[in-house]
Amino acid sequence: MLAQLLITSLVFGSIYALMALAMSITYKASEIPNFAQGEMAMISTYVTFVALSSFGMNFTLAILLTVAFAFVLGILLEFAFLRRAKDPTPLSYIVITIGFQLMLYGLAGWKWGSDQRQINLPFSESKVLYQTDSFAITELNLVTILIAVIVLILIYLLIQKTKLGLAMKACQQNVNAARMNGIPSDRILAISFGISSIVGATAGVLVAPLITLDPTMMWDPLLKGFAAAVLGGMKSLYGVVIGGFLLGIVENLFGFYISIEFKSVVAFLIIVIVLYFRPSGLFDKHYVRKV
Amino acid sequence: MRDLKTDYFEDIQLFRNKVQLFWCVVLLLFLFSYPFLVKAYYLTVFNLMAVNIIVALGLNLLIGNTGQISLGHAGFVAIGAYTTVLLLKSGVPFIVALIAAAIAAGFFGLLLGIPSLKLEGPYLAIATLAFGLAVTIIIGRMDFLGGRMGFSVPKINLTWTGLNYDRSLYYVILIITIISVFVARNILKSRIGRSFQAIRDSDIAASAIGVNITRYKLYSFAISAFYAGVAGSLWALYLGFINPTLFTFILSINFLAIVVIGGLGFITGSILGAVVMTYLNLQLQNVPDIPVIGPLLQQFSEAFMMPTGITNISWVLTGLILILIVLFEPLGLYGIWLRIRIYWKRWPF
Repeated sequence: MLAQLLITSLVFGSIYALMALAMSITYKASEIPNFAQGEMAMISTYVTFVALSSFGMNFTLAILLTVAFAFVLGILLEFAFLRRAKDPTPLSYIVITIGFQLMLYGLAGWKWGSDQRQINLPFSESKVLYQTDSFAITELNLVTILIAVIVLILIYLLIQKTKLGLAMKACQQNVNAARMNGIPSDRILAISFGISSIVGATAGVLVAPLITLDPTMMWDPLLKGFAAAVLGGMKSLYGVVIGGFLLGIVENLFGFYISIEFKSVVAFLIIVIVLYFRPSGLFDKHYVRKV
Repeated sequence: MRDLKTDYFEDIQLFRNKVQLFWCVVLLLFLFSYPFLVKAYYLTVFNLMAVNIIVALGLNLLIGNTGQISLGHAGFVAIGAYTTVLLLKSGVPFIVALIAAAIAAGFFGLLLGIPSLKLEGPYLAIATLAFGLAVTIIIGRMDFLGGRMGFSVPKINLTWTGLNYDRSLYYVILIITIISVFVARNILKSRIGRSFQAIRDSDIAASAIGVNITRYKLYSFAISAFYAGVAGSLWALYLGFINPTLFTFILSINFLAIVVIGGLGFITGSILGAVVMTYLNLQLQNVPDIPVIGPLLQQFSEAFMMPTGITNISWVLTGLILILIVLFEPLGLYGIWLRIRIYWKRWPF
């Protein structure tokens, strides 16, 4: 039973890790916690859904369309709203992203109603790939974990090995110095939002077959992903991924051994306790602001 | 025409001049005669506004005046509502239940305040958000709290007023709202309120001049939750039933929207925000009835959207207003009002 639980934990953990990574990319770049992340992922998932079922596109084309859409949506948020804020405070950024979230939530509800829909990916939940008497891996489980790992590796390569990643890191460390060296920091920030939106959309498409597709579907993954990011330390990319998997494991083990009812509560309880002892998460240095 | 205050008593007095006093008396007279002027439906509208005003007052103390953020106020409202209902069911008089509910919520506010002392920005946001969600989930799973089905709220005995139930309930809510506004204003003008603002403007400078940051941040959380508890109590009372689905994450965001749209840090802002947003949300529940743009939106949504999803326009509009307020008018509706007033005062200069 433990093995089966671990597989479930890894599946949910990889989704939380993706959401947490999406949060962390933008937070690291701009100190903006993007509350609209979940709704952006939800809308992108609807794009996949429409492309697959209404236009009958093949899967690869639908995914490419979704990625393009998510990228544009992320850039739109940064370019149209966040960049326009006059002398912003942390609160005003939070409020802008919450406003964007409400808009997307309303639009999705208006366009697709609150019906629960089924998204048809070419990987099925019923096809069992490997089975012993204690656990079974379905195709969907394997694909979810694999895609998540591939995305994580791609993001790692992007940040560590490419010129764009270097520019992103430079902007994170010191915007003014980066600008002086000729890096267009605004554009880099917009691209960061685009990339984080793609990562979020991946989580959305992967989570849609596990739960049903409706406008509220990303609330839970968003909050868990956010919680995982906070747990790992918002500014440490490794930390948030570990935080995501950790949260998935703790949540599912607690759900099985102690109480399935309070499965969601335990995640948040852990966050509050961890934050009490380590105010910047587990893997991030806490800086005390001085005069 | 003097805008600058020259002494302390000018700062703490309730009304700056006779004109203000006059309009306040007019407003109060109107509010007290309101139930005899309008239909019963509008009493419900007022009750909803009053509840939102009370939550907004408390939340504004926390966000606008102390500079902390809370995305979990629905949790405090839920605690207030459930405490009231449980006490009312066991036969406690309403006024005791109300105070107990407020104190219970305030206690949880204090409890949430303790881990929140060290946190700021997104960390504080997620901690409060987590709290709000946890409260809803726990309430939904507890059998003695009615579970998912919730409770129906017993009617309180108001026959001694000699009016019908709706009207007497209106007066109860009105009086509590007036007291809340009065208390919030006095808190802001007192030592506590000034400490809040010092913490908001710079916590390091505040502690350097001797403000006990720990204590005042906790006060801020507790007072804010206390207000939410009062509001929850009244809400349960006029709604007549409560269940966990009322107190969602989206409700907390709605409260935040009210405060931000009304004007951060101003009592008038909380009131304006609550009145305008409540009215707007109620109106947008029946979009097709709105003159001119209503039918247009109806046609649009039949052509391109789901006709049943048309009430979601209220979310789109709330989100849009939130963004526009932050981008163009950071002081919110109160800022707009302030600008209009100053323009006409200085006119024609």
